Amino acid sequence: MSIAIQSIAKSFGSFRALDDVSLDLPRGELVALLGPSGCGKTTLLRIIAGLETADAGRILLDGQDATEKHVRERQVGFVFQHYALFRHMSVFENVAFGMRVKPRKERLADTEIRRRVNELLDLVQLGWLKDRYPAQLSGGQRQRIALARALAVEPQVLLLDEPFGALDAKVRKELRRWLRRLHDELHISSVFVTHDQEEALEVADRIVLMNRGRIEQVGTPRQIYEEPATSFAYSFIGNVNAFHGKIEGNFVRVGGDLLPHARTDLTDGEPVVAYARPHDTEIIGDAPEVAGVAARVNRVLSNGGISRVELIANGPERGGAKDYFEVEVSSEELSRMALENGQRVRLRSRRLSLFRDQASG
Amino acid sequence: MSSASRVLPGFGLSLGFTLAYLSLIVLIPLSAVFFKTATMDFERFWSVVASDRVVASYKLSFGMSLLAAAINVVFGLMLAWAIVRYSFPGKKIVDALVDLPFALPTAVAGISLTALYAPNGWLGQLLEPLGIKIAFGPYGVLVALVFIGLPFVVRTVQPIIEDFDIGFEEAAASLGASRWQTFRRVVFPALLPALLTGFALAFARAVGEYGSVIFIAGNIPFVSEITPLMIITRLEEFDYEGATAIASVMLIVSFILLLVINLLQGWTARSTRRSA
Repeated sequence: MSIAIQSIAKSFGSFRALDDVSLDLPRGELVALLGPSGCGKTTLLRIIAGLETADAGRILLDGQDATEKHVRERQVGFVFQHYALFRHMSVFENVAFGMRVKPRKERLADTEIRRRVNELLDLVQLGWLKDRYPAQLSGGQRQRIALARALAVEPQVLLLDEPFGALDAKVRKELRRWLRRLHDELHISSVFVTHDQEEALEVADRIVLMNRGRIEQVGTPRQIYEEPATSFAYSFIGNVNAFHGKIEGNFVRVGGDLLPHARTDLTDGEPVVAYARPHDTEIIGDAPEVAGVAARVNRVLSNGGISRVELIANGPERGGAKDYFEVEVSSEELSRMALENGQRVRLRSRRLSLFRDQASG
Repeated sequence: MSSASRVLPGFGLSLGFTLAYLSLIVLIPLSAVFFKTATMDFERFWSVVASDRVVASYKLSFGMSLLAAAINVVFGLMLAWAIVRYSFPGKKIVDALVDLPFALPTAVAGISLTALYAPNGWLGQLLEPLGIKIAFGPYGVLVALVFIGLPFVVRTVQPIIEDFDIGFEEAAASLGASRWQTFRRVVFPALLPALLTGFALAFARAVGEYGSVIFIAGNIPFVSEITPLMIITRLEEFDYEGATAIASVMLIVSFILLLVINLLQGWTARSTRRSA
């Protein structure tokens, strides 16, 4: 089922959770709503499900207006962050719940319900647990049962609220891959909420990046990672070095230093933030005549083929703390440079992205 | 298991103290009732405890106590639900009002309920033309017992509702359950153990109640005499054996009923506590 979100707004008291959000999600995709906590992603998911009502705007499911529809009638499967499995029911009864509460004339025969539940439990590979109770399951197992229960009503859309949020790192990774495989088998339109960029980049077909109740960028994981559209997108996704300064011709003045840039649409004196990924940043020798931001080597972390060099800015403190930078270099390059802790160097970037600095502008 | 290997120390001490305390406060006074009763021969015992008037009082006391506890379970649940789930002006006051039957001297409760429900009282005069007689009859007993039992149900169910994540109801709704199905299949089973505990407490309190009932019941023999009144009557006649005989019957019946409720409660709690 395709989902169209049109100018949705929602406030809780004076807090604007969603501010005029519009979004089109095509059928059959696995979409991640990604953003820091409090950005409105869970609220948006709950509005799509019908668990929350928007103050303004419309929700269309498959082109049909579903804004006024009750969650019961929206044909959505919702997986809760803390699973919300019914404690007094066995795993089997939990999965069967959705089929058992159907009106009598739509309800399947008991043998048919039994068959379908077993089928779903096999799908989540937990058939052997059907007589257990939720308390007797591990977190990962509960999550899979919650998913089976949501799938039992044959939803047109699957909505998952921080599905792996409460699990430990290893189980998270397994379940992530498993969800991806499951989606490839079932092709059911799915939306999941996460604050973990790695999770979104790894699992989703499409990422909706949100911040402060607004959508920052929509795109494939590759687009989001490689072509961040906004300053926020840059700083939220992946590791990044940020240089705060002002435009000065073909350079950005960062403290007492200059960084070359290639943009032509910016006027002199404009405050900007220049972002560079650690692998696009290079370390050069310290000499006053070369352009580059002065920094001091703090630590060298070498493991495997790629080493990371952590540096501290030489410039003045910003907001009570020194800026930290990170550079990724190959191990050969590292041994060629022979860096020592405390050594003074300069940084520049092969690929610098500039954004107007809203904080100081 | 040797005591050195125990993680939690003090088992011997705490069990010993518990038993000693329980004996002193509960067991010894109660056994005195049975010892005193044992001084009677069986024939006299039976003639006291099985006399028609006393039997009628058992029926009234236990019947009305069970009924009052059942009424309190229904309305106490509604009250607790409203207090926990909704915010409304004066909520704190409502919350405090619930405890009032605990604090009020029962005689005061009895007198005010009588004044209210008497044929010339505010409510009584409205009910009288309809042929409903509350004060000075068995239903007066019921009203008094409902009044004093209410806080027990509200206060036992309230924390359970507070802990009951709204996510369970949302999950049920998203799976297509109606409000009623959600209540019957999801909410009610989760609250059942607490409701049974509240029922048991309200029932126990009602069986033992004397002060408030005496004023409103009218104390008509065979109609609105409660068992505690029968005991007091014997005491006033200096018939101590007779009083303890009736008391021991009451104790045994109460004990059996409470035991059954507790077993039921334990059984439902086990089936819901298979939970994290």
